[in-house]
Amino acid sequence: MPSFLDPIAGFGVTFTTMFRKVTTEEYPEQRKPMMPRFHGRHVLNRYSDGLERCIGCELCAWACPADAIYVEGAANTDDERYSPGERYGRVYQINYLRCIFCGMCLEACPTRALTMSHEYELADNNRADLIFEKQDLLAPMSSGMVAPPHAMASGTTEKNYYAGEFDQPDGSAAPVQRAEEKR
Amino acid sequence: MTVTTASTSGDTLEPRPDLVTLTIDGVETSVPKGTLIIRAAEQLGVAVPRFCDHPLLDPVAACRMCLIEVEGMPKPQPACAVTCSDGMVVKTQMTSAVAGEAQRSVMEFLLINHPLDCPICDKGGECPLQNQAMANGQGDTRFDGPKRTFPKPIGLSAQVLLDRERCVSCARCTRFAEQVAADPLIELLERGSQQQVGIADGVPFNSYFSGNTIQICPVGALTSAMYRFRSRPFDLVSTPTACEHCASGCALRTDSRRNAVMRRMAAVDPAVNEEWNCDKGRFAFRYLESDLRLTTPLIREDGELRPASWDEALVAAAEGFTAAQGTTGTITGGRLMVEDAYAYSVFTRRVLGTNDIDFRPRNSSAEEEQFLAARVAGRGLGPTYADLEKAPAVLLVTFEPEDESPIVLLRLRKAARAGTRVLAVAPAASRGLGKVDGTWIPAAPGSEAAVLKDLAPDVVDLLGQQGAVVLVGERASASPGLLTAVGELCDRTGAALGWVPRRAGDRGSVDAGLLPSLLPGGRPVADAAARVDTAAIWGSVDVPDAEGRDIPAMLKGVEASEVSALLMAGVQLDDLPDGAEAALRAAEFVVVVDTHDHAVVQFADVVFPVAAAPEKTGSFVNWEGRVRPSSRPLRTSLMTDARVLSALGAEMGIKGLESDPVALMAELDEFSGWEGARVSPPAVAGSSPEPGSGLLLGTWRPLLESTDMQSGEPYLAATARSQEVWLSAGEARTLGATEGDMITVTGSSGSVTAPLVLADVADGAVVVTGNAHRALGASGVRVQVAVEGQG
Repeated sequence: MPSFLDPIAGFGVTFTTMFRKVTTEEYPEQRKPMMPRFHGRHVLNRYSDGLERCIGCELCAWACPADAIYVEGAANTDDERYSPGERYGRVYQINYLRCIFCGMCLEACPTRALTMSHEYELADNNRADLIFEKQDLLAPMSSGMVAPPHAMASGTTEKNYYAGEFDQPDGSAAPVQRAEEKR
Repeated sequence: MTVTTASTSGDTLEPRPDLVTLTIDGVETSVPKGTLIIRAAEQLGVAVPRFCDHPLLDPVAACRMCLIEVEGMPKPQPACAVTCSDGMVVKTQMTSAVAGEAQRSVMEFLLINHPLDCPICDKGGECPLQNQAMANGQGDTRFDGPKRTFPKPIGLSAQVLLDRERCVSCARCTRFAEQVAADPLIELLERGSQQQVGIADGVPFNSYFSGNTIQICPVGALTSAMYRFRSRPFDLVSTPTACEHCASGCALRTDSRRNAVMRRMAAVDPAVNEEWNCDKGRFAFRYLESDLRLTTPLIREDGELRPASWDEALVAAAEGFTAAQGTTGTITGGRLMVEDAYAYSVFTRRVLGTNDIDFRPRNSSAEEEQFLAARVAGRGLGPTYADLEKAPAVLLVTFEPEDESPIVLLRLRKAARAGTRVLAVAPAASRGLGKVDGTWIPAAPGSEAAVLKDLAPDVVDLLGQQGAVVLVGERASASPGLLTAVGELCDRTGAALGWVPRRAGDRGSVDAGLLPSLLPGGRPVADAAARVDTAAIWGSVDVPDAEGRDIPAMLKGVEASEVSALLMAGVQLDDLPDGAEAALRAAEFVVVVDTHDHAVVQFADVVFPVAAAPEKTGSFVNWEGRVRPSSRPLRTSLMTDARVLSALGAEMGIKGLESDPVALMAELDEFSGWEGARVSPPAVAGSSPEPGSGLLLGTWRPLLESTDMQSGEPYLAATARSQEVWLSAGEARTLGATEGDMITVTGSSGSVTAPLVLADVADGAVVVTGNAHRALGASGVRVQVAVEGQG
């Protein structure tokens, strides 16, 4: 049975909401931090001396349910070394038109070379630019790193690297890159 | 396949004395005596895990993975090494806890020292050890000590890399090298945990068959330098192909990724190559990506070749051929698939209107042409690999299987191990002959015909036995009267006769009639009925009735202005007889149809690029006469030879030439079963070599050499054998040379210097191994031999 007070009761909802906390985000002026496990763009990590963690094993490509990853391995030589051990990823591509950000590739990675950042601004006006190459994915050089190719630290073998002696100073295999940190 | 066969008469099983009956996992089965338990179990569908077991290698029970329980035996037994006996009760891991526990323990032991480097191992993803560890192994390890390590990888040869940490000492590779390839260059060294595969110091594993060890290695211990880190199994698309390199006709599996061949493996074909192939077939495919590949048609303009459109090139070629109507010769090489060979046969006869066609740019003779027409062309399946295996005796005449048809050597080796006598009429007792435990019948080059006529009675008796086989190689054409003598020997003794050419397209070319006196299917040009029959299949056309010219005659014809144009398909300048260069220069119009840019292309007026064998569907015919179909692993925009000829024919007014490989093969099939007249076998009297100074040269083309089709593969080239000069001890004494001295052999157009090896060499002969034909000429020429620096 409609009552003549109903329209006012409706305004009651409006008035109470006016004094509630706003959930609207002021994107892009303000960017909220993502949840820690957010799946953003991939990063190919480095050891603390700059050598690449990726060994080109293609397990990420194998695990990928969307066939978004393409890898070609190649052999390290004494003159030209990109990663510890025998093998490195010569070609590494992720097609972000295909990637579904499921993170199966991270689970497959035996060296924790591949992690995901919090970067989510992946839009472009052409297809080719959404195929990220190795140089687009590699983590930036931080202090103490030397760009490969270079030799492993003297007196070490790949086993020292795999044992975690060259992980990042904070003990993690990879720095979590937050979208807001980049700016 | 089940072995127990019910008799047709009733319900009762007919007892067969050669069968034994045993029980496996509670199921009774009967198998032939001598069957290994592991095979009997396979027939019942019970897969016993194994690493060292291989059906083509002798049992060794090295890996202990296949332990099973046999009632009455105190300990678990290796199923791969125990033969079935009557009343045996076998329990595999399916029904026996003892067997299951034994296998689990062996797997645990194998993994103790096996490195956890599957992510960087080339075998990862197709590794029997990985698969079995995943299927039956334990999830975790109880071993926490340091693993045994070795420096890795080390090269057993330039091509074969060894990672000793990964080896499970199954001895498949060493058994293959010793039993199958007869190249015992690798062996298990050391004992205990230090046991490892190794080579002798300074003696690399340069076997022609070394690639097979990589394929049968059940772990990633042996990998190839060529395929190192190139791809993963799930990247690869596998296509069944036939090998384009020699007339053995191996079935291959070509694995490609993104339209590039990554690797080639031996496919299983029990009738031909069993599970093996040679390193040339396995590794020589990078030529497909060579910078020298022809990609567009070329036309000569103002003395220079320039790229042209297909239309332009077709018009230019058509004009040139039309101007030279009736005076064009066709020279084809050995790379043609049989469909394309047949297309050349049709094109030459129907469009060019001549029988001037020949597929033998190498040394050839009229006697050989007659021999091929009479005894080889259109004869279908001749003696086969299976016949070699069953034969009581096999006689090899001017044929060095190891270099010229390596899978024949493997089959002869298998036969010899089972008791077949192998004999060889050859200038020297080669190492290949040693591998088949062969008997050497010395024959100086040029005198083989006389040797065959005077064979010892016991040899003739051997060849007279049921199933004996005579194999003659293509070098026989250099020795006058030899092919006549071989044919007569086979007629006399009843031995089966096989002609083993060197290149993959040769036998198909014979069947397709690429000879001046021969139409397809063994029909003689000279026979009117054969021409009528051919014309009927081709749709009531005129078939030229005059026998054509062979290659030497064509080249002479150019100089005499009787031949004005040449169509060259897949021919190398090096293969052609002396004087070919002058003839090519003198020819008014030359069209080259080829895959690569090489010396012959420089003489061309029009060049058509065509697809190479892995870029098209088609087939080869191997030396047996067996059709070897090949699918297409690579896409290309290039056309096949047959399509180019069809387009060229249309441009010249002959429309409707078939270009589809299936239709071409069907048309060629119509030519089979010819019952009319044949060319009569040759009757050339054998002559002994003319006396002269110097020694008679014996030489043959090596398996691995620097040719277009082996280009781009440095690891393979590095395993090629170095050149040697073989002399008998007597000749070396006369020369005053000792083993290892550098000897210079001088022929009419060059010389070769190589170290001396003392060997069993026929009197008056010298053997130069490796590629010597360019410098010295074919077998049978006289050469001067001197110690280097003293000549």
